Amino acid sequence: MEKKRQWLILAMLGILCIVVPPFMGTYAVHVLILVMMWITMALGWDILGGKTGQISFGHAIFFGLGAYGGGLLFLHWNITPWWGMAAGPVLAIIVGIPIGLVCFRLRGPYFALAMLALNEIIAIVFTNLDTLTNGATGIDCARTWGAEKLPYYYIALVIAAFAIFVTYRIQNSKYGYYFVSIREDQDAAEALGIPTTRYKIYAMIPSAGITGLAGALYMNYISSIYPETVFALEAISIFMILAVLIGGAGSLWGPVLGGAIFAGLDEILRATIGPISFLVFAVIAVLIIMFMPDGIIGSWPKVRAYLRRRKLTTGSEG
Amino acid sequence: MALFGQTFITGVLMGGIYAIIAIGMTLVMGVMKIINLAHGALMMVGMYICLVLFEHAGLHPYVALIPTMIALFIIGYLLQKYSIGRVSGVETIIPESQVLLTLALGLAITEVIRVIFTSNYQIIHPALTGEYWHLAGMTIEIPYLIGFVIATIFVALLHFFLARTDLGQSVIATSQDKDAAVYMGINAERITNFTFGLGTALAAAGGVILMPLFYLYPHVWHPYLMKAFVITILGGMGSTVGALSGGLILGLAESFGSTYWGPQWGEVIGFIIFLLILLFLPGGLKRIIGR
Repeated sequence: MEKKRQWLILAMLGILCIVVPPFMGTYAVHVLILVMMWITMALGWDILGGKTGQISFGHAIFFGLGAYGGGLLFLHWNITPWWGMAAGPVLAIIVGIPIGLVCFRLRGPYFALAMLALNEIIAIVFTNLDTLTNGATGIDCARTWGAEKLPYYYIALVIAAFAIFVTYRIQNSKYGYYFVSIREDQDAAEALGIPTTRYKIYAMIPSAGITGLAGALYMNYISSIYPETVFALEAISIFMILAVLIGGAGSLWGPVLGGAIFAGLDEILRATIGPISFLVFAVIAVLIIMFMPDGIIGSWPKVRAYLRRRKLTTGSEG
Repeated sequence: MALFGQTFITGVLMGGIYAIIAIGMTLVMGVMKIINLAHGALMMVGMYICLVLFEHAGLHPYVALIPTMIALFIIGYLLQKYSIGRVSGVETIIPESQVLLTLALGLAITEVIRVIFTSNYQIIHPALTGEYWHLAGMTIEIPYLIGFVIATIFVALLHFFLARTDLGQSVIATSQDKDAAVYMGINAERITNFTFGLGTALAAAGGVILMPLFYLYPHVWHPYLMKAFVITILGGMGSTVGALSGGLILGLAESFGSTYWGPQWGEVIGFIIFLLILLFLPGGLKRIIGR
């Protein structure tokens, strides 16, 4: 019964996502595209960070490579950046595997720092290899549909749905359980015969690929990329982590909710309170980590239990 | 030869200033076993306090150093006590919740400063700024030299403090084994708060030293945080000698990298050293020099 109701809610949400946007304004559709992009990125990060417990401070590497996959095709051979939808994730995965082979030897904070350093290295390399990447000037391409936003929205929706599907399949497979076992206790997992480094690589592949896909979408939608924006440490790598944290790491709907809240809240705050919007956002992030460390989805049972207890006690007093 | 000497001296002087920023981080990392991503932001707060003291009280940065450090010690202490410390030991899905908290705090602090002082570049011209010494075809900028001297003094004082005082020994004990330290009657929680305050104050000192040399804006701390990581990993967590030698190595590597390879690649060298150390010498120089 419970399961059936969940599917029903999901189906209704899906239909809403498909039917409503054509009746919305351009700006609202733009926000929704960003929401879908951030959902995809949050899900991508969460496969490696939330499920496998390998906190990456450098996922902008894969986002940027995803964007540059299409961008480089366009720059050198004048091929439409839509091929980047395939080339970007592939490039991200090709780079991601050796990164994993090297960095997965490190644990916890050291892995996080190594990814952070790689992020900076790759950003600097892409800025300075003028002949290959066009350097800091970046890559510009023409938008396929000009100012029309709806086609981009539907593509973003399909990508987000794909990311949800992949995460769902991983979560309910052998791999999902192996990933979680690595997160919970790597030594115990190793002792039980799980080749942890290999499984971390298995987590890296969909993680890099999905993040790269979001990057490829960015390339096509925004239509101009610069190394400092797509490889941004703060605006991409770190915000990805915060988005997942707000929603709740390690679950399916946590990153989805987190990505949606992150992108949506960011736009709404910026439109309403202007310059202090990011301050408000950062304070919200601090409070969530302090008081709901498992995010909204993860801490929800605790919050609900607390509210129920309070209701009971106040009820008995009154 | 003059070019070589110039590169060498620039590297050493810059390395000393890096070391004082990194030494605060290495202390905090040694005691708390977490990476503190708010370190750079707190350094930047110190720089802004110094800016205010200079502009409104007319204090030269080298004089403002002491009040700034005291202020940042208090800020760091309270931050650790009421925010970061509260999260320690809480069971969460993601293991690194304290690290992520320092990250969010760093962002929030930066935004507070940005809202108060705006993102505009600020620059101050206290006495001694832009003065040079010419020595055998090389130029030495006086503020660099003074900064290096101040940094070295602080490193020496800190080393003495850790080795010779009870409080310092408690800090070392806590960083070696927290549980054992508690059994020996050390209030590990208070020591952690104290260490965080001390680390923050040292970062602020590093920031203040930089004031006569560079301009100031809210995001100024990004590269310095990176360098502090590199040095901490290079020198080994909790090691003052490691941090000093790590700082000098990084300063020299960057300086030689940008002179002989190209200025845009200077930073890459630091990161490459960082990755190599992480992979091939975990534990850093501390393992070699043994303290």
